[in-house]
Amino acid sequence: MPEDFIAFDPLASGSAWQRRRSMTLVYLMLAAFSLYYLLPLGVIVLNSFRDLSEIARGGLIGLPHSFSTEYWGKAWSSHCVNGLCKGIAPFFYNSLWMAIPATIISTAIGAVNGYVLSAWRFKGSDALFGCMTLGVFLPGQMVLLPWAFTLGHLGLSNTVSGLVLIHCVQGLAFTTLFCRNYYLNIPDALIKAARIDGAGFWRIFRKIVLPLSPPILIVTVIWQFTGIWNDFLFGVVFSSGDHQPVTAALIGLTAGQTNVRQYNVEAAAVLIGALPPLLVYLFGGRYFMRGLTQGAVK
Amino acid sequence: MKEFLSRFAPQIALAPSVLASFVYVFLFCGWTIWLSLSNSTLLPEFSFVGFEHYVALWQNRRWTIAYTNLFLFGSLYVIGSLLIGLVLAILIDQRVRAEAVWRSMLLYPLAISFVVTGTVWRWIFNPTTGVEAFAHDLGWLGFHFDWILDRTKAIYTIVITGTWHASGFAMVLLLAGLRSVDQDLIKAAQIDGASMARIYRKIVLPSIRPIIIAVIVILLQFAIKTFDLVAAQTGGGPGLSTNVPAIYVYDLMFQRGQIAQGAAAAVMILVALALVLAPYAVWSNRRTRREARSA
Repeated sequence: MPEDFIAFDPLASGSAWQRRRSMTLVYLMLAAFSLYYLLPLGVIVLNSFRDLSEIARGGLIGLPHSFSTEYWGKAWSSHCVNGLCKGIAPFFYNSLWMAIPATIISTAIGAVNGYVLSAWRFKGSDALFGCMTLGVFLPGQMVLLPWAFTLGHLGLSNTVSGLVLIHCVQGLAFTTLFCRNYYLNIPDALIKAARIDGAGFWRIFRKIVLPLSPPILIVTVIWQFTGIWNDFLFGVVFSSGDHQPVTAALIGLTAGQTNVRQYNVEAAAVLIGALPPLLVYLFGGRYFMRGLTQGAVK
Repeated sequence: MKEFLSRFAPQIALAPSVLASFVYVFLFCGWTIWLSLSNSTLLPEFSFVGFEHYVALWQNRRWTIAYTNLFLFGSLYVIGSLLIGLVLAILIDQRVRAEAVWRSMLLYPLAISFVVTGTVWRWIFNPTTGVEAFAHDLGWLGFHFDWILDRTKAIYTIVITGTWHASGFAMVLLLAGLRSVDQDLIKAAQIDGASMARIYRKIVLPSIRPIIIAVIVILLQFAIKTFDLVAAQTGGGPGLSTNVPAIYVYDLMFQRGQIAQGAAAAVMILVALALVLAPYAVWSNRRTRREARSA
């Protein structure tokens, strides 16, 4: 490749020595920023293995001189949260039983909606799509009281199923938006040919659209799962006691009144609560990023 | 019947979602607006009292604190995240090694809930466990950092945390923008002997202006909705010093049994979002149309 076609490289100008100096500066600045970014992660990870007396002496920041995994066990199954001494585990399972069904249901419905709104557009369908996506921007505070009454009437107050319902309805706007925009890229000719061959609505979905869907379904599932897992507002408003998801329980655990704060156990509990979305991020980072840019910029 | 089902299969498949969305977006919103105009306290009731609760809201000292905080937090958070995001994007754009590692390190906060974020930063800001304790442990006994306990400074700890959470996200969007800038234009400027700073100021930044505006709008939207971060980090305190509108809504609706005024505050949040999003929607629509015409 000839020299002039090399992409813009701001530091390429100047002598080799100058360039090396600038690059060192770049790395130094990045390293400084990474300190700011990694500090919280470092604090919870290191302190979850550390002896309490050590924390009492020097605080939470610093390299540990002791190591034990017992705090993880305690945080998981015996630490007292909201007066219930079964650790963080029950709340973790609540979150799991909330996030998994809500993710699957909202994604499945979103895929069908997206398919209708792209391949089977009818008169007024674009307007319907516009109205549905308004849900993306709606602040949760606007729907709290109506949901409270609705859940009460359905007999779903303070249940995980109630939270599943809320997250399904709230998630519809996102999943429909994601899938519809993706399915617009499927060539019309493909669908038309199948229709001429006599394939019906569901058959085309199953045989043509679904096999093309994995990329967008992964993005949608990741987006929904992390969003639902990390939600706090609905969890804290619509559940209490041992029905709470892990985010709401963590506030009770770390902000509750106790004589001596067991920071190591609390750090382990906080880390357990953060782990599922973190793992999703680590293993599906590429898709996570794609969802982020699509979901945000729309 | 069967023919009808297959003929209208798309509409039938879509119908439940349309119904749910309409209930959610219009009915629920209308319901809350109605409540804000009613005389509801602990329980909803539908006696119409007009804008009484809006008047009371705007005369409430705590609401004044809440929206003042939102303006302060919102502007510092948006500017901070944007600037740090831009610096990071420019740094990473210098063909650094192991780019993926740097990126994932700067972006992982987005996978972490505000509850976890707020909790951990609360420990870091707490003088007895965090940065101050660390400095004392190192022997620097005169060091003080207790903003989180200080009514006038606690809101800035929320800014630091919010920026930590969002700047990586700004970086990703801006980096994508930097990489879409016309390389020939930059090459030409370089050949003309323009300095680096000048190239960024005169060519790169103006051409990613639409992305910068998009980032600002998204961040403003986050700022207006901020709830969990404050709940986890300061609980709105010390005193009322870090109250924000979303916290106020929650408190009035579910702690104090003042449903109508809480609903009025929720409507104000909706209005704030609309004030940010509507002009943006108009602007970006006009831009797409202009581009379509010139293409």
